Amino acid sequence: MTNVDFDEVSAEDVSRHFGRRRAVSRMTFRASRGTILGLLGPNGAGKSTLLAMLATLLRPSSGSIRYGALGTAAGAALRARIGVLGHDLFLYPELTARENLAFFAGLYAISDTNGHARAALERAGLDTRSEDPVSSFSRGMRQRVALERALIHNPRLALLDEPFTGLDDASTGALVSRLKMLRDTGAIVILATHDLDLAEGLLDHALFLRDGRIVEAMIAPDALRSTYRSVIGR
Amino acid sequence: MPKWFQPTTLLCAALFAISPFVIANAPYESTMGLVQKVFYYHMPSAWVFLTASVICGIASARFLATGNPRHDRTALAAAEMAVLFGLLTLVTGPLWARKAWGTWWIWDARITSSLVGWMIAWAYLILRQYGGPGSEKLAAGLALFGMANVPFIYVSVNYWRTIHPATTVVPKLPFSMGFPLLFCLAAFYLLMFLLMTLRTRVAEQQARLDAIYLSLDEQA
Amino acid sequence: MLRAILLIVRKDLTVEVRSRELAYTTLFFAVSCVLVFAFSLVQEGRAAEGVGAGVLWMAIMFAGNLALGRTFERERQSETLRALMLVPAPRPAVYLGKLTGIVLLLAITEAVLVPLVALLFESALLSHPFWLASVVATGTVGFAAVGTLFAAMLVRARSRDVLLPVLLYPITVPVLIAGVRATAAIAQPEFEVDVVRFWLMLLIAFDIVFITLALWTFEPVMTD
Repeated sequence: MTNVDFDEVSAEDVSRHFGRRRAVSRMTFRASRGTILGLLGPNGAGKSTLLAMLATLLRPSSGSIRYGALGTAAGAALRARIGVLGHDLFLYPELTARENLAFFAGLYAISDTNGHARAALERAGLDTRSEDPVSSFSRGMRQRVALERALIHNPRLALLDEPFTGLDDASTGALVSRLKMLRDTGAIVILATHDLDLAEGLLDHALFLRDGRIVEAMIAPDALRSTYRSVIGR
Repeated sequence: MPKWFQPTTLLCAALFAISPFVIANAPYESTMGLVQKVFYYHMPSAWVFLTASVICGIASARFLATGNPRHDRTALAAAEMAVLFGLLTLVTGPLWARKAWGTWWIWDARITSSLVGWMIAWAYLILRQYGGPGSEKLAAGLALFGMANVPFIYVSVNYWRTIHPATTVVPKLPFSMGFPLLFCLAAFYLLMFLLMTLRTRVAEQQARLDAIYLSLDEQA
Repeated sequence: MLRAILLIVRKDLTVEVRSRELAYTTLFFAVSCVLVFAFSLVQEGRAAEGVGAGVLWMAIMFAGNLALGRTFERERQSETLRALMLVPAPRPAVYLGKLTGIVLLLAITEAVLVPLVALLFESALLSHPFWLASVVATGTVGFAAVGTLFAAMLVRARSRDVLLPVLLYPITVPVLIAGVRATAAIAQPEFEVDVVRFWLMLLIAFDIVFITLALWTFEPVMTD
């Protein structure tokens, strides 16, 4: 499997419908290396669907998504450069934190899976709990392990769906700094979130979504809450 | 509707209307009497059932390979034909069997294989109906597996009762019984063709309606 | 590819050893099935002639259906199946990994079922252990090959619990027939090697055809 890389992710007129329901409608945007792009919008705006398409889990009904010069036909090599933190965390509750990370590390063709797993847990501040089953963790701790799982293979593109849900202050702060660190190493970070106050200090770009459409795009966004209210109107 | 549809429908109706007379004129089969005549509807139904199943399998394979929804619509229509004509076959069969072999049901290779094939076609429809969104692809996978399974089903059912299969129970037909059979075969195949055309058109209209709906939504 | 398969199998084994949920419940369910059949089929203290083979395979198919459903229900919980589809390993590796896990689970169940059925139904199942093992192994692989694909396919469908047997049982009729006939031939006092060999060949052919088909269709069927 050859190594691929790309400098930006772009969506061109992308739509996705399920029967008669249009989940995503003609979205066009671009995100480059070293940026954090936020997808903001109410439930049902199409954030999760868009993220699933960017992750190659769903195919667009029309339009195209490109990763630099690559399309989704790049298959396995492309998947190796994408990391996804889903709403459901993607962790096996019966396995320990280390085992979860080592398992996925192995699947991402990383050698020395245990070494990488331990390093990741140290970054998450959970190395003391590495041998405990994930089912015994709090939501915040699970989130941290899930984040490390999503990033263990150093993806170029990191996609996060509502990563701040259910986190306490300390965990939130840790997540914010982790994401900033990620951006500074040149990754493309795209995250969907409800939490406007958090997003304010974090995002480099913001897309406001409503009913499957992009209604507003901002660079270096501030005053997110008022913009949100005026643009989304709820 | 295409121009040829109405005249062809009339032709088909005519064939079916005439068929009882054609069948009545066929020679009376010595041992079985009147009930044997069911055979003239039973065998064409079986052939149509088989043909529809094969069409469904091939269309499903093409749908999985290309993703073209036209193949999916064909597969769905064919599956419905398979269930309909399969049911007809499985109902007319016992009617004939009761007189021929004295029993309503017999675990003969062909009959049992047909039953299993019919259940697979039915499972296809159940999956499409109750599987929720995205079940078109799943059903196509099922149809493909069903088609690949045909030789296995036939061989296993054939050797199931005894390792030495019985010889065919369908006797050789003298030519005078051949013409009514061909007549009914033509009628049934024409019917299948018409029903499939109708069904795929309905599905196509539905897809077009969905597309219009979506594009309206876009302009809003 | 092989590495991915081994990782998945090892992961499933680890999860199973920790919770033991699947093994115990499947085993218990299989034994309950046999009991139900016993109470239905044993008349005046004696089992009907030659019923043992049928009971064994019915129990395998029912328990197998349950095990398949539960295995993929587990992957659905934290959407880990999605995570598996995201990794760069070839998608068929996921299929083969899960298939191996299911076959191992059913093997454990069968190790208990066979002596139990032989005992309760006075069936000479164990008279030719090598042949029996071959038949049960190939039959289980065939059933699991189709079942793993269907169960994976249905993970995101509605009514998946009831749809799995609806889809699975008609397709695995040849496995059932071949398995029962071969097992019955083994249990007979006059052992006919040719009969058993014929059904075994059929099962092997079924396994090859359907595993190949499943490998081809796994990716198109699992991706939207």
